[in-house]
Amino acid sequence: MKALAARRHDRRAPVVLLLLALLLTGGLYAVFAPAPAGATPAQAASTATADDVAAGKALFQANCATCHGPAATGSDAAPSLIGVGAAAVDFQVGTGRMPMQANGPQAPAKPVQFNDEQIAQLAAYVASLGDGPAIPSDEQVDPALGDPANGMALFRTNCAMCHNAIGAGGALSGGKFAPNLWDTTPTHLYEAMLTGPQSMPVFNDAIITPDEKRDIIAFIDQQGGAAPGGLDLGSLGPVSEGLWAWVVGIGLLIALAVWGGAKSS
Amino acid sequence: MSHDNTTDVARRSAGEHPERFDDPGVHQPNPRLSDLDEKHAKKAERQVAALFTISIVGTIVFVWAYFALPPGETPESMRLSNIVLGLALTCILLGIGLAIVHWAKTLMSNKEYVEERHPQRSDDETRAGAIQALQDGAADSGISRRGALKGAGLTALALFPLSIVLPLIGNVGEDWNVSKFKHTMWRKGTRLAYDPTGRPIKASDLTIGSIAHVIPEDLHEAESPLDEKAKAVVLLVRMDPRDLKSEREPGFGFDGIVAYSKICTHVGCPVALYEQQTHHLLCPCHQSTFDVADGAKVVFGPAKRPLPQLPIEVDAEGYLVARGDFVEPVGPTFWERLT
Repeated sequence: MKALAARRHDRRAPVVLLLLALLLTGGLYAVFAPAPAGATPAQAASTATADDVAAGKALFQANCATCHGPAATGSDAAPSLIGVGAAAVDFQVGTGRMPMQANGPQAPAKPVQFNDEQIAQLAAYVASLGDGPAIPSDEQVDPALGDPANGMALFRTNCAMCHNAIGAGGALSGGKFAPNLWDTTPTHLYEAMLTGPQSMPVFNDAIITPDEKRDIIAFIDQQGGAAPGGLDLGSLGPVSEGLWAWVVGIGLLIALAVWGGAKSS
Repeated sequence: MSHDNTTDVARRSAGEHPERFDDPGVHQPNPRLSDLDEKHAKKAERQVAALFTISIVGTIVFVWAYFALPPGETPESMRLSNIVLGLALTCILLGIGLAIVHWAKTLMSNKEYVEERHPQRSDDETRAGAIQALQDGAADSGISRRGALKGAGLTALALFPLSIVLPLIGNVGEDWNVSKFKHTMWRKGTRLAYDPTGRPIKASDLTIGSIAHVIPEDLHEAESPLDEKAKAVVLLVRMDPRDLKSEREPGFGFDGIVAYSKICTHVGCPVALYEQQTHHLLCPCHQSTFDVADGAKVVFGPAKRPLPQLPIEVDAEGYLVARGDFVEPVGPTFWERLT
């Protein structure tokens, strides 16, 4: 006992204690946390249990209620989540847009803050508040089953004005922007169309049918690969090309003209 | 670069002008490093040779890549082919160009010469001979004798440009029927349909926050569907009726659904960047911004007028139909618009 008491004053004691505390917390979490369902969010959502809803509610109270209100009815800072459905949660949380890091023109995608199971639980809770669009099945979003040619026609009319003709993204007003779509998962693409996150309008299943949504996903799936023309400068069209032509191109020509006209030493 | 010929210039004190400035002569530049030192000349020679070698290697690579790296079928192979051919061509032409300029600047003589201009006037005898030859020719051809022929010839020459000018001017605008600008193919009862599928739209299709890009359902029956589409396209927006502050034409909407022309009133780009939260509609060409919640009035940008609103209602089957054409011309201002 005396030896232990002496060790208490060791410089390393706080570190050891901290490690023990972390170990204990982790162990307790592993014991009490629900076992991983080992399922995709889509399956998890379709088989949401009362436990999932309860766990989702706890997560919601801890992470979302500050802005969206304890009953998800919204506040001055954030909209009500009643009736937005599981799809909206899966998109907003699954792409890292929520929880929002800071107030700004829009919530950008960032590293995802929750694991798949937690996202499914949050989605189950929000879906239990009111009817809303559900998370699409894997078959609904499979690019291989879509018709990219039809998808292109639909994309050109409905999406290209903001997201660029090949989905490279583009600017909106006041610091808002339509993001690049190349690395967005098919499920998130589908959910974004269905729920209309942030500045994006809603394209519900009557306006763009589920099959048409899959066609659009098939079209986006084929974009963003190697550009046959070499440097694509972000595929942003005349703005970035103009910047290069005027600043870099003409700058180089001027530099060459100055060099050619200067006398040799 | 110091001028040591300042002594050639007439000196003057303040307020005193010299009679004339002496000719300072041709300025000869200072000798270059490569003129003074054979070692520098050799170095410049090696640099020029290296630049030419870059060009030679570029040509070899170009020829090799032309056969070894065909564009193929995939974007990756096209990209590789284009990049290698392009870089090789850059080396070929830039190598030659830089080598020539460097050669001229460092090794070729930089002595400056003046070449005096020769008088250009011919001597009097030659001038008189030329005039005589012209006069002899005119007399010989007998132009002045046959006045009728002269008149006919000149008339023919004067009229001939009409055959060039007439089609050029006639093709400008092609169609002078300005009233076309003032009407679109929307009629009372025309159903609103989704672009590009042509499915008719039910009012119940649109949930709050949704938009639809709209064409007239009978667009494909039009004589020239693309021309008609360019005038008739409409953006349909449904918002919470509480958010709807005003409409361009009060009563033209239906239960929070408003239909505005998609043709910008600035220069006619399709205005379609709709921000759901702000209800702003943004034109991609010149950033004109319209507030759909407030009569589509211009809140930013060069557009002068709000977007025209299409009057809509719901028919017996629940489909959205037009109550008539736009009440004002769509799109940009034109001469005869008079507003």
